[in-house]
Amino acid sequence: MEKLMSWIDDRFPLTQVWEEHMAKYYAPKNFNFWYFFGSLAILMLVMQIITGIFLTMHYKPDAELAFASVEYIMRDVPWGWLMRYMHAIGASMFFIVIYLHMFRAMIYGSYRAPRELIWIFGMVIFIALMAESFMGYLLPWGNMSFWGAQVIISLFGAIPYVGDGLVEWLRGDYVISDATLNRFFAFHVAAVPLVLVILVFLHIVALHKVGSNNPDGIEIKKNKDKDGIPLDGIPFHPYYTVKDIVGVIVFLMVFSAIIFFAPELGGWFLEKDNFTPADPLSTPSHIVPLWYFTPYYSILRAVTWEWLPGGAKLWGVIAMGASLVVLFFLPWLDRSPVKSIRYRGGIFKAALAIFIFSFLGLGWLGTQPAEGLNLLFAQIGMFLYFGFFLLMPIYTSLDSTKPVPERLT
Amino acid sequence: MKKLFLLLTLVSMPVFASGGAHLDEVDIDMNDTASLQRGAGLFVNYCLSCHGAAFMRYNRMAKDLQIPEDVVKDNMMFTADRIGGLMKTTMPEEDAKKWFGKAPPDLSLIARSRGPEWIYTYMRSFYLDEDSPSGWNNVLFEKVAMPHVLYNLQGARKAIFKKNDHGKEVFDHYEMVKPGSMNEEEFDSSVRDLTNFMVYLAEPARMIRTKLGVYVLLFLAIFFVFAYLLKKEYWKDIH
Repeated sequence: MEKLMSWIDDRFPLTQVWEEHMAKYYAPKNFNFWYFFGSLAILMLVMQIITGIFLTMHYKPDAELAFASVEYIMRDVPWGWLMRYMHAIGASMFFIVIYLHMFRAMIYGSYRAPRELIWIFGMVIFIALMAESFMGYLLPWGNMSFWGAQVIISLFGAIPYVGDGLVEWLRGDYVISDATLNRFFAFHVAAVPLVLVILVFLHIVALHKVGSNNPDGIEIKKNKDKDGIPLDGIPFHPYYTVKDIVGVIVFLMVFSAIIFFAPELGGWFLEKDNFTPADPLSTPSHIVPLWYFTPYYSILRAVTWEWLPGGAKLWGVIAMGASLVVLFFLPWLDRSPVKSIRYRGGIFKAALAIFIFSFLGLGWLGTQPAEGLNLLFAQIGMFLYFGFFLLMPIYTSLDSTKPVPERLT
Repeated sequence: MKKLFLLLTLVSMPVFASGGAHLDEVDIDMNDTASLQRGAGLFVNYCLSCHGAAFMRYNRMAKDLQIPEDVVKDNMMFTADRIGGLMKTTMPEEDAKKWFGKAPPDLSLIARSRGPEWIYTYMRSFYLDEDSPSGWNNVLFEKVAMPHVLYNLQGARKAIFKKNDHGKEVFDHYEMVKPGSMNEEEFDSSVRDLTNFMVYLAEPARMIRTKLGVYVLLFLAIFFVFAYLLKKEYWKDIH
């Protein structure tokens, strides 16, 4: 065994990679609940790829056959229903994990220097994941698949001059059709997953270069022993591998409970209208994207001021785009001298609470018709959402802070 | 943390419930094989001539509902030659459009797109209406093209409408015109059987899904104990 290892090590840095990233990667010893979601995100990525491969074996990317092939998977393919549920429900679970992972970064300042690039890679992963799930949602060719894609793709039509041509180019047709389904399939099973895997690799390389942040938001590398090992660090393996297994099991219990006992989760994870085949002549009574898109969908619909130059639709699209773009700038918007919420003052805590409230509120409003009071609330929610980010340089520099300890608490 | 979970629970409550109309609760039970068998009988006799269930196979139904294949072949298979065949409709789409104005929808997934409560309420909401082409109308689904196929069981009823405070005609109650072979209780129970069967039809995997789920969760619970003890053992020196 030893001989084999040294044979490999002479030709490939296997031991070195193992040590740098697992056995001698020193992580802060005080990770809490919020630190489970990184490994869970990797679990979900792998699970989506594996279940996706099995689905691809039986799925037919053809407007005439797609819907029936999904039902064929659900009924005639042995264990097909389980693969399909794991994949479709897995998409929602993936987003839950990613949102909590991002929220962790926000409360403990994990995006702050020197971890800006980790955050940026992460944000690109988030955008790629949105593209991945949006295109995957068309594939079952249900009526909500069809109309959801119709609504979202038509948004590009709001762009001046090139809009109409762009929409046609994206669809590959004058309407959502077989051509659209085929290209979405290509992107969903090959192009975007490839990009995602590469980005996740970069995200982890960047993380292991600078080291993990922690709930105290202080650098463990400042205090090292005589061997150069951080005093407050513990090797990722075995400490965090055994800890993450516990997290994985708890997560799988929640995931399994949904898959086996409530796969539709009251319409939140699998929508009723998607059990009807796509029908260009019958629009669902109201078109709702899946829950993880609804905050942004709400912002899109909240802009109704027709007096804006170029029209309300264009500015709705811009606002929706901006609601995602603004996240990229988070590392530079935050001017607080401390990273973690533990040592921040009341202003930041209040701002964060307002942000959570506006994000969840916008998410709920996105599932409702945008009219009357709902519209007004969505508009208020939108201003609160943007206010959290755009006013951040001001309120974080004004905010009081508590003294940060030298060592982990 | 606690607040966050509370919020998550709040937003996870169903919001896509059908707007407005009152739907009656129905008891869905995949373990009630007798009910599923009766429902299957009603389905092939009363629904399958006009509607199809084109994603379902006869032999799958036979196996899942514990009906012997000979019985299915002799008494239930009106639309296929082979036991492995799909439960398709015999009515050509062209004719269907001519007769009803619209081809009757495939029913394989109707319990998932409409919901069981909707089906249970809908099948019990037909009434006589001279102005409608079929002679029937439905309180839940106004001007529906479908006639009341179960009228010889339920009987023929007329609906009495009343003006409400806003001067709008709203449904008040039914009046029996010609009783059918069943009383109200028997009929409700039969429609429940039919609905139960249609829930099965929409997702045959449901038969095994919930049974399997118990074992999966049990396994994970046991695995959790060992994983937690392992973690504790490793971490006992970390302070």
